[in-house]
Amino acid sequence: MSSVYTDKSGPYIHAPVSVQKTMTTVLLALAPATLFDAWMFGWPAIFLFAITVATCVGLEALCLAIAGKPMRPSLVDGSVVLTGWLLAMSLPPWAPWWVAVIASIFAVCLAKHLFGGLGQNVFNPAMVGRVAVLVSFPVQMTAWVAPHPLFAPGSPGIVEALFITFGHGFNLDTMSAASALGFIKTELSRHVPVSQSIGQIPTLMDMLVGRRPGSFGETSALLILGGGLFLLAKRIISWHIPVAMMGTLFVLGTGFSHLDPDRFTDGIFQMTSGATFIGAFFIATDYVTSPTSKRGQLVYGFGCGLLTWVIRTFAGYPEGVAFAVLLMNALTPIVDQYTRPRAFGRTRKGEPLPIRGDK
Amino acid sequence: MKLFPVRGGIHPEYRKDRTSECAVVAMPMPRILYLPLQQHIGAPAEPVVQEGDLVKKGQLLARGQGVVSAPTHAPTSGRIGAIDRVTAPHPSGLPQLTIVLEADGRDEWGELAAPIADPFAAEPADIKARVAASGIVGLGGATFPSAVKLNLGTQHKLQILLLNGAECEPYLTCDDRVMREYAGEVIDGARIMAHALGTPRIVVGIESNKPQALEAMTKAASAFGNIAVVGVPVQYPMGSERHLCQAITGLETPARKLTADLGVVVHNVATARAVHHAVRFGRPLISRVVTVTGGAMADGRNVEVAIGTMVSELVAFCGGLREAPRRIVSGGPMMGAPLPSLEVPVVKGTSGVLALTAAETNDAPAGPCIRCGSCVTICPCGLSPVEMAPFIRKDNFEAAAGLGVMDCVSCGSCSYVCPSHIPLVHYFNYAKGSLNAADRDRRQQERIKTLAEAHNLRLEKAAEAKRQAAAAKKAQTESQATTP
Repeated sequence: MSSVYTDKSGPYIHAPVSVQKTMTTVLLALAPATLFDAWMFGWPAIFLFAITVATCVGLEALCLAIAGKPMRPSLVDGSVVLTGWLLAMSLPPWAPWWVAVIASIFAVCLAKHLFGGLGQNVFNPAMVGRVAVLVSFPVQMTAWVAPHPLFAPGSPGIVEALFITFGHGFNLDTMSAASALGFIKTELSRHVPVSQSIGQIPTLMDMLVGRRPGSFGETSALLILGGGLFLLAKRIISWHIPVAMMGTLFVLGTGFSHLDPDRFTDGIFQMTSGATFIGAFFIATDYVTSPTSKRGQLVYGFGCGLLTWVIRTFAGYPEGVAFAVLLMNALTPIVDQYTRPRAFGRTRKGEPLPIRGDK
Repeated sequence: MKLFPVRGGIHPEYRKDRTSECAVVAMPMPRILYLPLQQHIGAPAEPVVQEGDLVKKGQLLARGQGVVSAPTHAPTSGRIGAIDRVTAPHPSGLPQLTIVLEADGRDEWGELAAPIADPFAAEPADIKARVAASGIVGLGGATFPSAVKLNLGTQHKLQILLLNGAECEPYLTCDDRVMREYAGEVIDGARIMAHALGTPRIVVGIESNKPQALEAMTKAASAFGNIAVVGVPVQYPMGSERHLCQAITGLETPARKLTADLGVVVHNVATARAVHHAVRFGRPLISRVVTVTGGAMADGRNVEVAIGTMVSELVAFCGGLREAPRRIVSGGPMMGAPLPSLEVPVVKGTSGVLALTAAETNDAPAGPCIRCGSCVTICPCGLSPVEMAPFIRKDNFEAAAGLGVMDCVSCGSCSYVCPSHIPLVHYFNYAKGSLNAADRDRRQQERIKTLAEAHNLRLEKAAEAKRQAAAAKKAQTESQATTP
């Protein structure tokens, strides 16, 4: 019976899971927010999204070819599409094509393949890509636009959009708008207290729905939340990282704004602005770069929240999710090491448990 | 009864419904039986018959050797055809010394040991001796000689006999059927074992996906105040003795200790039934119930089959294969062993014969680990498979041991959930085997060293004695020479 295999020990049944299924589910969870934002920011955003994903897939193929690795399994597992997708969502929607291409090179070639490919990278590839272009091209990376829904009056048509993405860009003076986090930071630097400037940002409803300037994929907190809850329901992610990260941000925001409302933004604002939701549900939860144990994930989520708040509040950049995630990525191995579960029958230190006396 | 939570575990598709309603059927006695001398953990049995001997059903064929061993008996009457090397039901496909019994078709019982009329008045030692002489081993699949486990009461103060009817392995329904159909025999066997062990209480743990078994066992146990029948959560590997013990008593067995150190001894339900037969009727263990199922099997059944029956004949009895199986497994799909072919005998530990299709096995080539952490979340032993596996890939067994690989019970949950299809348990079995072998080597080296040192010491002493003797002699001759 040549068809019978005795090549490995059991189990001889397997859960209906695969890397491809996992990645596809994440993409599915991102789809509503992506479609909404594609509509919200129009053709330039759609072009940028397409060029980012296509570049990432192309670079993946190139890296695999150079490394002499089999092409098919890595391209169909969906991981690089997810990297490109998340990267596109983290870019300003009307950014020029070359920003996307450079970010993709950093993400796929440097952050992923130089470390050994899928599963081997220390840092979240999409965030490496985003941060690399953010520090290199701060003007383009902070050129936000107000929403220009598809087909709405005043929103660019296909030809104009091609010029925005592939040509001269758009007129920063007439079109640009500030993100809520950026606005508050700028106003603070002009000695306008938070309690005053907060009145001029989009309403809470606009923040939640996504009618506000911001990165392509981050603006619709509600749709991102829906996608995150879908991932939780599908057990692709667990609650530990999102709850720890957003909880930390909320508690710090609420606490400090009570102490000094002129200096600190409140917890609700911290939660709904910037990349909090997409960061907590989709970026920080990246399997490869986050701790494997639940306790570790709580520590990691807390760290992401804390660093995000510190960067947003005290650093030069208005938004800190990407930096916070990257910094915590670097700590993941050490977090893993100190948060291993307690082995059955052993103390946390690894000694056999003492025998409990007769009952 | 209050239950206690158990860490981790999985909820695989159980696929038990194909055979769970199939009553146990007896298979007609095959013409030839193959009885390996090693069907249990411990030293192989030693044949007491020779080629050409005529034997009766139940007659001793090979006796246990040493403390941990078990004898083998003739499942039917007939003639010893040979004692020869036959392919063992082991993934290696290597041959093993096996007694070949040609049945004469009369199936005549020989003289059996006298039934123990009132086992509860008998000395525990007599019960243990009977269990040992009857060749009973753990029928859950571990095949540890039961009499040795019954002896634990002499060294430990035992509180509970925990009867394991969890049957957490997918596909298997043999214990379920035994509990449903022979509840009285199981309970009686358990009471006899509890008497031998000196445990005041008996708790029967059954996964709650077997309501009929729970009902039958509860009814059979109702006459006895010291027996509790408990439905435990459906959570693989609930049938692991440490985990079942924790679910029922809340006690966590310390690493490198036994549940007996906590006052709990775990025996399988089918083992209890075998003890009932041995004590009440003097019948040795010569048959067992096997679940024959799997997508490639024409017909799923629970079969009472003589030990030594060729798996191919058992499969033929169940209508044969309806398609080419991807794997043939002896035991459950999680912890069972792959069979190299159908031409191997059913042994005491064969709880199931599964012919699995490719769709059922859902095999896929292993991909890179994406560190999803599923294996850490579900590990019932609290280990971190994701961290151990890379060390083992590099043959760094010491590092893997530092992360606790020796605490792994090989339940297979991590391999089962791995989205990258990494055969984690295969790695861990490899590491455990290598570490055990290294440990054996080290102990042997130490022994050789001690022996060599002792040998050298003796040589030195002898040489010294010789020197002294020579010196003394010389002194004597010299003194003789000087004194004329």
